[in-house]
Amino acid sequence: MSLSDLAKPWAAMSYGFLDASAKRELRRKMVKAVAVPGCQMPYASREVPMARGWGTGGLQVSLTLINPKSVVKVIDQGADDSVNAASIRRFLARVSGAMTTTDTLTASLIQSRHRIPEEKLSDNQVLVLQVPNPEPLRPVQPNMSIARQMHADADYSRMWLQLYEQIVCSGRVMQGASYPSLVNGRHVMTPSPIPRWDVPKLHMAEHLTILSAGREKRLFAVPPFTRVEPLVFDDVPFQVEDHADLSCYRSGARGFFMNEIPQDDGTSQYELSDSEYGVKTIRDREGDPVRFGETWYKNGKFS
Amino acid sequence: MTTMTLEPPRLVRTKPLLEIRDVSRSYGEVRALHKVSATAYPGEVLGIVGESGSGKSTLLRMMNLEELPDSGSYHLDLPDTPGDLFELDRFARRMLCATRIGIVYQNPHLGLLMKHSSSGNVAERLLIAGERRFGVLREKAREALSASEFPLERLDAPPIELSGGMQQRVQLAKAIALEPALLLLDEPTTGLDVSVQALLLDTLKRLQQERKITMVIVSHDLGVIRTLADRVMVMRRGEVVEVGLADQVFQDPQHPYTQQLVHAKL
Repeated sequence: MSLSDLAKPWAAMSYGFLDASAKRELRRKMVKAVAVPGCQMPYASREVPMARGWGTGGLQVSLTLINPKSVVKVIDQGADDSVNAASIRRFLARVSGAMTTTDTLTASLIQSRHRIPEEKLSDNQVLVLQVPNPEPLRPVQPNMSIARQMHADADYSRMWLQLYEQIVCSGRVMQGASYPSLVNGRHVMTPSPIPRWDVPKLHMAEHLTILSAGREKRLFAVPPFTRVEPLVFDDVPFQVEDHADLSCYRSGARGFFMNEIPQDDGTSQYELSDSEYGVKTIRDREGDPVRFGETWYKNGKFS
Repeated sequence: MTTMTLEPPRLVRTKPLLEIRDVSRSYGEVRALHKVSATAYPGEVLGIVGESGSGKSTLLRMMNLEELPDSGSYHLDLPDTPGDLFELDRFARRMLCATRIGIVYQNPHLGLLMKHSSSGNVAERLLIAGERRFGVLREKAREALSASEFPLERLDAPPIELSGGMQQRVQLAKAIALEPALLLLDEPTTGLDVSVQALLLDTLKRLQQERKITMVIVSHDLGVIRTLADRVMVMRRGEVVEVGLADQVFQDPQHPYTQQLVHAKL
């Protein structure tokens, strides 16, 4: 018996691009993150063939979770066809042999930047969110050592101070994206820069959400059926964006989160932010057989 | 036959609100405090005087539980705070400081969030204590600021835009927002011009009379101590050299250092 018989045959790279020890660490950290919902777990963020800040955190989690039977969907700001989404999707498929899709219903692994799909996710799906800044306390406490202590003490009063300041200065809560939310009644997390519209979707959701910041080397999770409560004052209710009455100029769909497209004459047109839902609506109108999933929002109301 | 019972004097009858015993603290070779004891009775103003480096600010920081001593004990006679406060964990210390002790620093940058609004600075105290109603926060912040005679039209101006005297008033409002049992003042008027000093001292005096707050005031300015304090503690090189009623100490200083201090007035 020679040494080469014992060793694995040479391969250009390991399955799923990351080496086994990197994936092992990520799995352990994900298990920890699920065990303590909303608590940030540090991990050694590896090099991936993409610049930090472009979704390397999400990509590493996806590369760890992926297997040949996975069906991958990648969204960037709601769109499946943006350059970043398309590149990540192609890369994931190439290193794992997994299938890709744009349909929310058939995907088993969804990596997303800035949006949660409009169709409800189910218990056999995993949502991976890319996070630029995982620390909700950073705006109120620049010293990260003290911020850690504040998390340990559940000392989140300054988060409300931030809201107080916004109401005092602007008359309403101005926090548009990354709305700080209390997970499982214990840890405040930033739900990545998803709009306020998407925050209620995380509350008691059936699916597992993993949020990962590659540059900051932190990941945290919202396990299925976990309470996610946006921070509010008792007498100032949480409000989502005022998009319930807008309709998409391309598909005609109403009551979903829209992208505003400024026009030359100063007015605005709106199109569905969730591009796949828009495509489905148009195909349905043209008579194609399309399967719609149940949506979180019905007629612009969260249900 | 009627027997007349004489009540013992008030200072003997009442238990001190604040009691610090034999506190020592060294920073390496430097001995900041050596076996210092201090008491303050409910509703009383205790003045601490001493030269720079005499340990008076260190003592005040310990009263605010910002710093722990090498040895010694600290008791506050409050219903829900039994035992030695230096033994409390970080979380309990912070809650106690937020709800029961107010502090005004010499340097407003230490006590205030300079870029938040003034009312927000006051509201932060209430938020730490668990208040989550915007309307109540706003109302209580306004009350506290008006009690410290802060001009209410500048309610939402950030402290960085305010004058030194105004900044001290914001600190004071923040300190009294939760009606603390103990108010600590660390050179509150140093660096202000004389007329602003006088106004601030007026406010402090009025607050003390209206609310009967126990105050500990640290200053090197004997004038400030003379105006406010009931009792005076003179410190030098980390030790207490003389304690007594304010009038007594200023009229008839016993220790040579105190004599020097009283007569050294310009």
